[in-house]
Amino acid sequence: MVENANLAALGEAVLAAMPEGRIVIERGAELVLTLPREGLLAGMQRLRDQFGFEQLMDLCGTDWPNRPLRFEVVYNLLSLSQNRRIRVVVATDAATPIPSIAGIWPCATWYEREAWDMYGVVFEGQTDLRRLLTDYGFEGHPLRKDFPLTGHVEVRYDEERKQVVYEPVQLQQDWRNFDFMSPWESMTTLPGDEKVHLNRIEGGKA
Amino acid sequence: MNENTDTIAWNREHLAPGPAQDAVVKGITGEIEDKGFIVANLDKVVNWARTGSLWPMTFGLACCAVPMIHAYMARYDLDRLGIIPRGSPRQSDVMIVAGTLTNKMAPALRKVYDQMSEPRWVISMGSCANGGGYYHYSYSVVRGCDRIVPVDVYVPGCPPTAEGLIYGIMQLQKKIRRSGTILRG
Repeated sequence: MVENANLAALGEAVLAAMPEGRIVIERGAELVLTLPREGLLAGMQRLRDQFGFEQLMDLCGTDWPNRPLRFEVVYNLLSLSQNRRIRVVVATDAATPIPSIAGIWPCATWYEREAWDMYGVVFEGQTDLRRLLTDYGFEGHPLRKDFPLTGHVEVRYDEERKQVVYEPVQLQQDWRNFDFMSPWESMTTLPGDEKVHLNRIEGGKA
Repeated sequence: MNENTDTIAWNREHLAPGPAQDAVVKGITGEIEDKGFIVANLDKVVNWARTGSLWPMTFGLACCAVPMIHAYMARYDLDRLGIIPRGSPRQSDVMIVAGTLTNKMAPALRKVYDQMSEPRWVISMGSCANGGGYYHYSYSVVRGCDRIVPVDVYVPGCPPTAEGLIYGIMQLQKKIRRSGTILRG
């Protein structure tokens, strides 16, 4: 409880420094700060210098296709000196860039490259915005919800051209979704066990 | 040279080049051409040598590399079979593709295969290398490494056990014994 009170106090202090933000404590122990795009750079600088969050542990993205600002970029910060963590969330759409925080934490460069690769979120001021994970010359952003699972191209070695070539995807068999009822979660009576199960229930009643 | 081979050795008198030596050589050659045993036995020796020292190019791409390493280590000890992992394709006879082959890795895999000297074989290890496996419908994974290189033996499993891989290697040895030849295809 003391921890939670400290967390709430920290949240209030952060909010006092950045009144444009919004503070929520999720799952009772996770401090989440939502910032607008314009306030991100100044807010992150204050979180590092004033509140002692020295480290950027992670930077990732989320896609919410139904929202007008469909992408969220999530920053997880850690303060070793205070044993504290905070999560900062910024929303944007596909067209509007988010200011890069590589000037505050240089390690953010790889994370921002990954987020751009996977979601197509542009980071303004990031000088090295190349793809990080996907294939050379890859087109599209695979973690967007509207990206098809099987993608657009597949590779094959061409014996005549003596090289690996790219071709449009041709699946031998469509993807099938096996929606079995899980015997561990929803099925309480397994097929063939009906009699045993019934006896067990009635035996319990009697 | 021992007694036994001495009795069938030809040109024992160390004849100088000339009509006498030619007659001996022609006689011997005619005899073995009829029986044709030199080619067959040489093939056997070559196959014995090849099966006894299969040096694999270790292409550990994902978690399948772990059982592959188990097979090399003390418990199963592939060194017993003359199987020594190599880091260079130039020194290798067989490539073990162990793990998920992605689109980005495919040209590199083909390049390594092309750098191996003939004769060369490929073992595809695990579901992902066999046919894409768990990632069959992924946008970034090759649906089977046989789309990139010709495969000799498929080892099923996700991942296969070290025993499974060793069985696959033995199947490859059997294949070499049965179909291997010194003639170049």
